Amino acid sequence: MTDVTANPAALAAKPQTLWSTAWRQFRRNRLAVVCLAIVGIYVGVFLYAESVYWIAKVRDVVPSYKVADFAARNAPPSAAHWFGTDFAGRDNLAQLIQGVRIAFEIAFLTSAILIPLGFLLGALAGYFGRWVDNTIIWLYSVVDSVPSILSIISISYVVGRGLKGIVIGMGLVAWVGLCRLIRGEYLKHKQRAYVAAARALGAGHLTVMLRHIAPNVLHIIIIVFTLAFPRFILTEVILSYLGVGITGEPSWGVMINDAKQRLWLGVWWELGGATAAMFFLVLALNIVGDALRDALDPKLKTTEGSKA
Amino acid sequence: MTAYIIRRLLTVIPITLGVLLLVFTIYRVIGGDPAVRLAGKNATQTKIEQIRKQFGYDKPKFFNWQEAAKTGQPMAVFDSQFWQIVRQFAQLDFGKSLQSNQRISRMMADGVVPSLCITTPIFVIELTVAIALALLCAFYRNTWIDRTFVVISIVGMSISGLVYIMLGQYFFSFVLGLFPVWGFESVNYVLLPVAIGVVAGIGGSLRFYRTIMLDEMYQDYVRTAFAKGASQRQVLFKHVLKNALIPILTNVVVAIPFLYTGSLMLESFFGIPGLGRMTVDAIYTGDEPVLFAMVFIGSVIFVIANLITDLCYTWADPRIRLQ
Repeated sequence: MTDVTANPAALAAKPQTLWSTAWRQFRRNRLAVVCLAIVGIYVGVFLYAESVYWIAKVRDVVPSYKVADFAARNAPPSAAHWFGTDFAGRDNLAQLIQGVRIAFEIAFLTSAILIPLGFLLGALAGYFGRWVDNTIIWLYSVVDSVPSILSIISISYVVGRGLKGIVIGMGLVAWVGLCRLIRGEYLKHKQRAYVAAARALGAGHLTVMLRHIAPNVLHIIIIVFTLAFPRFILTEVILSYLGVGITGEPSWGVMINDAKQRLWLGVWWELGGATAAMFFLVLALNIVGDALRDALDPKLKTTEGSKA
Repeated sequence: MTAYIIRRLLTVIPITLGVLLLVFTIYRVIGGDPAVRLAGKNATQTKIEQIRKQFGYDKPKFFNWQEAAKTGQPMAVFDSQFWQIVRQFAQLDFGKSLQSNQRISRMMADGVVPSLCITTPIFVIELTVAIALALLCAFYRNTWIDRTFVVISIVGMSISGLVYIMLGQYFFSFVLGLFPVWGFESVNYVLLPVAIGVVAGIGGSLRFYRTIMLDEMYQDYVRTAFAKGASQRQVLFKHVLKNALIPILTNVVVAIPFLYTGSLMLESFFGIPGLGRMTVDAIYTGDEPVLFAMVFIGSVIFVIANLITDLCYTWADPRIRLQ
């Protein structure tokens, strides 16, 4: 573990927070640090892609990644087009960069549904117990009983094609894992002395839940987000294939599906580019997520079934 | 023991009703008016009204208070869309497909065999290989052998399943011509999809089972066994594997609905007339009754599988009955 037990002076010298010990632990895993840097690069690309998108929107012009050049259709990789061009002569690299933007937008928007929902329900169930707990357990058992890909497809389908359908579909299904973990933590924490002390001092249930216990379980949200992110990316590809994916913008799923027929004509760079762009982000997030878990909360059971 | 089994059996009812309620909510509430979706973009108001009448979408969603008050019969409250579906599904009547006008129960019965021909071999091969490799990883834990497998499995998990299918079909069917591209006529048609399914899934499975094995590896009883002088092999096969059976069993059961729906993409890529392709086609054509029934049946299979595992647990591990 840490060197605190071996060296009591370290304890006296500087207060140890969860985050500082976790960071020290995380830093030891060199592979994870490299992967964190890769994620950082992707965040940079995301910000760049977002600015390209918004600048084109504000100026009301066709963004560069959508400019078709029919003279250079399906062109192989070259100095001008590193990843070649697609069937309309659009630069694949520019589209891959926009794919980063879509991937992050999906992750953030989905999390904006998933995290409040999972956290709140988990906290309520764990803290209040009894019938609240029973109802919420029933609710997540029901959601969990529907094979997740089928429920995501169904919701995306009825909401309609596009970003909204994907985000609502994944958000309304994926909260179960977080809810379970948060519930478990609240069950544990509500019996701790500090909660009894806060109650004795007159703090209300809501204050105890959100001001006192919540800071102690926030790290779980970060772990769950990092581990869920790659799953969102992979699910988006399936949804695109099923025809309920993004429309009008070049997501990685759209690119992979567009590459389907052209692969047989020998056009491999479109598929290759999208797969590679996806691969490095998913891989890095998987490794960072595992390392974060090991550093912050090694006993947390985040491993869901292999078919999840 | 009997009390536990009865209690456990009873939990199936609220969960199954809940699932039906959830699927109903998705298709009839969240998405807005289903008649508008079915009628298509350029439908006239009369067309929409007609569809609404034909499928009973004009009735109240959950409880028909109006009808009950009018006729004075309390049972008329249940003359609603939701309870109509409950009654139908209880009699295993899932309605008809909008596309082919076939009975959905008939279509499902036809699709089960082709689907199982693909998914059962994938499931069995993947499970055996993954558990064998996981034991190998546990045996050689923290050596380069273990690390190599971990890296391979994480790399494997990070590639989209669709890419495996596209590349596999392109190379082995199209470029090399070793397997047929499309169809379901003989064993030859099944080999490639099965191989691709195993390759695409093995990474996730291996990582999962390895975590389970290693979790067990650091338990007290393992240390005791080593202290007693048991060999690495004895500990692994006699102690760890047995104790890991519970989480393995859980995962196996969680994967059972996958036998039914798992090959959504494989089936439609290779033209296998199973349930997966039926579902994909239903999404493409907006065949909502088929989707509704598929999602519901998939969930019921999961609920039943879960029940069976829980009952198996009590047999495999007496401690669980007490919890």
